Amino acid sequence: MVGTAQDLQPDLLQRIRTVLEQVPDPELPVVSLVDLGIVREVACAEDGRVVVRITPTYTGCPATLVIQQSVRAALDEAGYSDVILETVLSPPWSTDMITDAGREKLRAYGIAPPGARQEAVACPRCGSTETREVSRFGSTPCKALWQCGSCSEPFDYFKCH
Amino acid sequence: MADPLFEYLQRLGDDSLILAQRLCEWCGRAPSVEVDLSIANMGLDLLGQAQLFLAYAGEIEGKGRDEDALAYHRDAAEFRNCLLVEQPNGDFAQTMARQFLFSLHRELLLEALTASSDTRIAEIAAKAVKEVRYHVELSSDWVIRLGDGTDESHRRMEEGLDWFWRFVDEMFELDALETELASSGIAADRRALRGEFDRRMTEVVERATLEVKPSQWPLSGGRRGRHGEELSRMLAEMQVLARAYPDARW
Repeated sequence: MVGTAQDLQPDLLQRIRTVLEQVPDPELPVVSLVDLGIVREVACAEDGRVVVRITPTYTGCPATLVIQQSVRAALDEAGYSDVILETVLSPPWSTDMITDAGREKLRAYGIAPPGARQEAVACPRCGSTETREVSRFGSTPCKALWQCGSCSEPFDYFKCH
Repeated sequence: MADPLFEYLQRLGDDSLILAQRLCEWCGRAPSVEVDLSIANMGLDLLGQAQLFLAYAGEIEGKGRDEDALAYHRDAAEFRNCLLVEQPNGDFAQTMARQFLFSLHRELLLEALTASSDTRIAEIAAKAVKEVRYHVELSSDWVIRLGDGTDESHRRMEEGLDWFWRFVDEMFELDALETELASSGIAADRRALRGEFDRRMTEVVERATLEVKPSQWPLSGGRRGRHGEELSRMLAEMQVLARAYPDARW
């Protein structure tokens, strides 16, 4: 019987996850690919190797290719060149997949994290909810441009998706 | 005759690809920076969706063509997009009229395709429909804002829609190929989407204080590769680099 990677090294999956937690998103370097929910899964493949499954945020996100390359580079550098990298579409990525830690990092960076659809958007600078949408689309596909009515600060809002 | 699934995937992919290219012609020229960003972002979404459909098309064809080969190395008569998406941008109102009619049809089509018996199509549709919902919202907002705006914006929005009524029927055509694919659960029955399209479209157009005008002279033929001359001009610009320098890399 051929043992799976996990049988051989029980903590291997966790160590690979730790490597991925250090890989920043190319457009939002303050959060990692794990924080954003782009890393969907670290698992054992049928052939016994480890497979990392990642998912795109938006289909046309120009960062998708850079993300694949930086995951591969980080795994290579940590000595896990054998890991299979797969892109999966289902279930579709949603902002609900952003971790709580990721949301907090976004807020601290000045980007309002996504809330529930009808929820008021709080200004990441002063916390006021007297805010308004300036533009539905912002500097990247995942963000909208908002402005705070209390402190006048314009800010990025990570859109619910 | 080519594999029906290959044909169908080209239709889905080419609608996105051609409209993406049209939208990107606005880059740097839109009425305001916010509008510029929104048009470019819609174009990006559509380009991403085109990539997914055309990559799958290339795999089904099995001749080693990937999404880039299909995008850059087919001639106009080999494209399978509907005529609406290849129409020139015109002014901003005309572009929004086109976007509104296309996005609303596309949202309904993708929703139906999330139940496709072809898992890959269902997955792409589930991903894409979330993006297209935004496009429907944004373009509806503009149709209403311009239609229910000044005399000038009202006139332009009316002219914009008037240009496109003749291209609406084609988006809901179900030919023999799609009928067969629909009977096996792979394709969606486009005709079944028309009622909901008309209802939602009329609601927006009426809020815009404009009028829905049934087409007297519906045009079609895009699915069989019969396109207008404007598509060739557009492709000439889109394909020139890839054809002049095959396999060029950044």
